[in-house]
Amino acid sequence: MVATTAPPSKPPVVARASRQKTPMTRKRREALAAYAFLAPDVIGLLVFVALPMVLAFGVAFFKVDGFGNYQYIGLDNYKLMASDDQLWSSLRITGLYVVTFVPLAFVVSFALAMLVRNHFRGIGWVRSAFFLPHVVSLVVVGLIWQFLLVDKRGAISKLLAPLGLGDVSFLGTPSLALGTYVVISVWFVMGYQMLVFLAGLKDVPKELEDAAQIDGASASQRFRFVIWPLLRPTSFFVVVNSTIGAVTGLQAFDLVYVLTRGGPARSTSTVVLYIYEQAFTFNNMGYAAALTTVVVGLLILCTGLMFAFTRGGRFDED
Amino acid sequence: MKTRGNSTPARPPRSYFPILAHVLALLAVAPLLWVLVSVLKPAEDVFSFSWPSTWTLDNLQYVLLKIPLPRFLLNSALVAVVVTVVALFFHSMAAYALARLRFPGRGIIFSGIMSTLLVSLPVILVPLFLVAKQLGLLDSYAGLIVPSIFHAFGIFLLRQYYLNIPRELEEAADLDGCGYWRRYWSVILPLSRPVLASLSVLFFLANWNAFLWPLTITRNPDLRVIQLGIAGMQGQYASAWNLILAAAVIAAIPTVVVFVAGQKRLVDAMKTTGLK
Repeated sequence: MVATTAPPSKPPVVARASRQKTPMTRKRREALAAYAFLAPDVIGLLVFVALPMVLAFGVAFFKVDGFGNYQYIGLDNYKLMASDDQLWSSLRITGLYVVTFVPLAFVVSFALAMLVRNHFRGIGWVRSAFFLPHVVSLVVVGLIWQFLLVDKRGAISKLLAPLGLGDVSFLGTPSLALGTYVVISVWFVMGYQMLVFLAGLKDVPKELEDAAQIDGASASQRFRFVIWPLLRPTSFFVVVNSTIGAVTGLQAFDLVYVLTRGGPARSTSTVVLYIYEQAFTFNNMGYAAALTTVVVGLLILCTGLMFAFTRGGRFDED
Repeated sequence: MKTRGNSTPARPPRSYFPILAHVLALLAVAPLLWVLVSVLKPAEDVFSFSWPSTWTLDNLQYVLLKIPLPRFLLNSALVAVVVTVVALFFHSMAAYALARLRFPGRGIIFSGIMSTLLVSLPVILVPLFLVAKQLGLLDSYAGLIVPSIFHAFGIFLLRQYYLNIPRELEEAADLDGCGYWRRYWSVILPLSRPVLASLSVLFFLANWNAFLWPLTITRNPDLRVIQLGIAGMQGQYASAWNLILAAAVIAAIPTVVVFVAGQKRLVDAMKTTGLK
């Protein structure tokens, strides 16, 4: 059709002419154009992401004072860590946060995804409602919960008063603050993780589930033997993503900074918050950089272990 | 049961799930709604556990007029909009090259860019601050804007999108004698409007909500962004919760509006993060 209506001679001639003239320059021109297109982002990423990563390992060997004077001190920053009790306590707190937050967020968002998976009346509003806390900034989230959790006068205290829990200070008691922080974090991320699960669930073929149902599989069997195995990659993504977020994400800083500033009695002082304090409250930039390298190392180790144990979340496929 | 199975997919015994979903959804937004209601109460009633006796806009008015909140809002708007526009421009250029052009080192450059995906701000905060200081970016709009532009996620998403645009469209432009810039600008860019819209919602929200970097890079009160402004009220207005909440509500309104307006786009972009 096209061949008969369009004059077939003209465009190919033009194309051939330009190609024949200088086949090398065309290739070179394409490469040059590509580098020009890439330049702004690549330079930006090099200066503002790669360079800081490398720099962290360099600065870690220096003592840096408030005036920006660098003094080489070898491994002293790392030796200092051994006797830094606050560091160990913040590592323990981040660890506790990860092992409570990650599973809880996983279960809650998975349950929500299953709940809003099939269509029902008003499903749009329900999904948006679960996601809404994730839209609001972490600072606002922190302020809102501080207000709701104000001792005795706050809405939560008044709600719990009939149960005799009206006097509990959720953010003021060292043994409760971390748990409160975990619950608020779950509230913040559940809508996002729910969406990721929903995207994964969309890829579970309906026919498989129907086939299982016809074969007499109960709802729980269908879940266990059809949905769950097919969702392995999604689940793996959620766990890795949420672990990284819990250790180094903004939720590990913004939220605690506003909610508790690491208190009471340093019971919610995450590693990330501690590094910030070392760098900008006590001006120990070198030590903070050394701490940064340790966190990066731990993170790579954790992610690597997760990959190794689960073979990328696909260990059922052999 | 078995005969009905293939004609009606609806499962009557499960019908209480939607009700449960509605109740849980209401619980999820209850804290936000309660704060909204509390802001509209007279100052002395903020903690009263009841519906407002009288509705008032006093709290909102006070924060907007007596505290330089408008200045903070403008700063945030400026930073968020500039970062979003420039980032979309740079990322789409880079993604075009990675998806469509052939050049030596493409694989290495792409994996190099992807490897920065795991790096989050809190991790590189200290060295990034040192770099910004060396570049003279402390306490400036440039300091708020420039380092926030570069992120691999947008490049990744746009590249995926460009890989799926039919090559014929570009080849037509090639035959017309268009250079690479014209092909990018007049063919690829107009075709990528949907994905650019999704990303702009995402970028705007992320930058409007940014707290840690502005906290680190600025001291000057004139450069304060909204998140810093409301966090700072904690100390200044200690227990004047009616004012703190009013400011928080004002800070949250643009995000909720952008979310509602761009909901579908945002959800599309978010979901893609899980499709790796």
